[in-house]
Amino acid sequence: MVLKAFFPTCCVSADSGLLVGRWVPEQSSAVVLAVLHFPFIPIQVKQLLAQVRQASQVGVAVLGTWCHCRQEPEESLGRFLESLGAVFPHEPWLRLCRERRGTFWSCEATRRQAPTAPGAPGEDQVMLIFYDQRQVLLSQLHLPTVLSDRQAGATTASTGGLAAVFDTVARSEVLFRSDRFDEGPVRLSHWQSEGVEASILAELAKRASGPICLLLASLLSLVSAVSACRVFKLWPLSFLGSKLSTCEQLRHRLEQLTLICSTRKAENPAQLMRKANTVASVLLDVALGLMLLSWLHGRSRIGHLADALVPVADHVAEELQHLLQWLMGAPAGLKMNRALDQVLGRFFLYHIHLWISYIHLMSPFVEHILWHVGLSACLGLTVALSLLSDIIALLTFHIYCFYVYGARLYCLKIHGLSSLWRLFRGKKWNVLRQRVDSCSYDLDQLFIGTLLFTILLFLLPTTALYYLVFTLLRLLVVAVQGLIHLLVDLINSLPLYSLGLRLCRPYRLAAGVKFRVLQHEAGRPLRLLMQINPLPYSRVVHTYRLPSCGCHPKHSWGALCRKLFFGELIYPWRQRGDKQD
Amino acid sequence: MEDERSFSDICGGRLALQRRYYSPSCREFCLSCPRLSLRSLTAVTCTVWLVAYGLFTLCENSMILSAAIFITLLGLLGYLHFVKIDQETLLIIDSLGIQMTSSYASGKESTTFIEMGKVKDIVINEAIYMQKVIYYLCILLKDPVEPHGISQVVPVFQSAKPRLDCLIEVYRSCQEILAHQKATSTSP
Repeated sequence: MVLKAFFPTCCVSADSGLLVGRWVPEQSSAVVLAVLHFPFIPIQVKQLLAQVRQASQVGVAVLGTWCHCRQEPEESLGRFLESLGAVFPHEPWLRLCRERRGTFWSCEATRRQAPTAPGAPGEDQVMLIFYDQRQVLLSQLHLPTVLSDRQAGATTASTGGLAAVFDTVARSEVLFRSDRFDEGPVRLSHWQSEGVEASILAELAKRASGPICLLLASLLSLVSAVSACRVFKLWPLSFLGSKLSTCEQLRHRLEQLTLICSTRKAENPAQLMRKANTVASVLLDVALGLMLLSWLHGRSRIGHLADALVPVADHVAEELQHLLQWLMGAPAGLKMNRALDQVLGRFFLYHIHLWISYIHLMSPFVEHILWHVGLSACLGLTVALSLLSDIIALLTFHIYCFYVYGARLYCLKIHGLSSLWRLFRGKKWNVLRQRVDSCSYDLDQLFIGTLLFTILLFLLPTTALYYLVFTLLRLLVVAVQGLIHLLVDLINSLPLYSLGLRLCRPYRLAAGVKFRVLQHEAGRPLRLLMQINPLPYSRVVHTYRLPSCGCHPKHSWGALCRKLFFGELIYPWRQRGDKQD
Repeated sequence: MEDERSFSDICGGRLALQRRYYSPSCREFCLSCPRLSLRSLTAVTCTVWLVAYGLFTLCENSMILSAAIFITLLGLLGYLHFVKIDQETLLIIDSLGIQMTSSYASGKESTTFIEMGKVKDIVINEAIYMQKVIYYLCILLKDPVEPHGISQVVPVFQSAKPRLDCLIEVYRSCQEILAHQKATSTSP
């Protein structure tokens, strides 16, 4: 196999010295981590390498020599470099040499032992691959998901290939801690040798985060203790708490904040990203909420809103009345059963009358309520949107009631019709065996049954029309609430930190690598530049999306249509009990 | 060593294949697709603007004209950045892997690299495409679970769609490198 030498781009202009790195025999590749300069004492070099090996669990060793001839090539240096091969035994021994002011390199790899296969050359062909050490160190390789589905035991696949190079560089961080200003026994050249990278802000933030996290964690534990107390488990409050989406959203936010403020360090990069994404999401939410708050409270918009709310509710009630009057007449030219029509129409009209009186009773308090509700926006835009969704649900409660009445009536009618249809044909539903069996009825049973069947059949169009109209209204309200929930879900689950990282520091999230062939001359070894191939945005969102409340409709379209046809009540959102992460 | 030859794709358009032999273990094939023709661009723009002008005479709303200009510009930019591929490159490096790059007309490049350990073979497959039977070159990937199975088929030169003669050239070169790689990897 061709021998691959991974050489860091920061060491291209370094002085002559020894190559320190790791040899991966399965891929026949040598990963060079640093260059050790002359003068050095071999014992100290071996001690340093043993220390690094113990601290990082990476098999670091001296791989060969690096020769950068700035002046005239010296003969003594050449012989000196050859003798080093005896001091630091390594198979194979690399000799990289860069000419004075030349862009072309020469590489040789020799094996001291005689090759076992006859005819194989004593010297291997070498391919040079340059890599940016800082980028490879900081980046995180995301293997394609196909691989992770298939295997549980084939772990060698994941550490094979280029993942081994990334792994080696990432784990050898302890080697890069010394720079050229340190007074150590050996002088190394690597990406941090010009000075260790650090940021004052990051250090201050790290120091400050400890006590702040403790304070916030104690506050949050107090809040969760209050919310878990016995009062809230009693029937009216627990029922409300499970139905209102605001409580759901507040609970979700509380969980997220507890996660952020916990004093345990993140164990792996995925948890760290999750914490960072949660922080970014909470900050965006609060910022948008404060913007909404300032917009609402400026120029007395709340007053305008409150003044407009009661007339709008009145208008909606009036439109419903017109609709019912239309249904009580001859809607769309259909002929309804007069008596049933009048009964149902009057019943619903009385309901609307009650609703209008209720709204008028509430109208002096609307402005105060809205003002206090507007304050909740400082907890976040998602809370304000959930409150809006709950207010819409409360204001259209009469539509919900009408839908339930219409649906129950229609459902009863359909069940009655199907059972009497079976009687008409001489059959019966066997509850024990859950199937339709034949049954011999008496004459009077058949007579009454057929009579009732006819009555129900001829009253069906009226009930069906009322059911249709109110179901459509209810679906409209559900659609509006669904849109609001979709927006809340989007803000909750979008991984902003990961997207920002992909935009500003694309090398941190790597989907793979890409190679570019550098200037090539015949007879010289092949030189390639390895660059990081960043993760596409769709995969970033898919990998790092935060778990949301899980309020998605659980029916498929077919099941929904079936439920609508049979008059079963539809609940578009999952209840608290079957939430899934 | 570099040479260039002219081939044609399945629709009859002209393709240019550039071959570069860097070393016995590294070869690059670069297929250049036909450029965006001025004739089709003018035709599409004129159609869109005629339709917009027709709607304008019906509705008397000048927003339609500015919307048409906006849509044309955005559509052209989107087409150049996301759809129109100028060049497709296949770089095969012995014992490292195979890299496929597509460069779009706006300069964007999208690269995929497959490691040599995952490559089972490179073959030419037949496919039924609308009313034609076409040949395409594809890379077969190994299945980690089953040693003789294939987990994925990755087609190469998907937007250039060259004909069989071009594919045979590329296939022969790739097979030389794969054979060399298999021979050296089985030896200890």
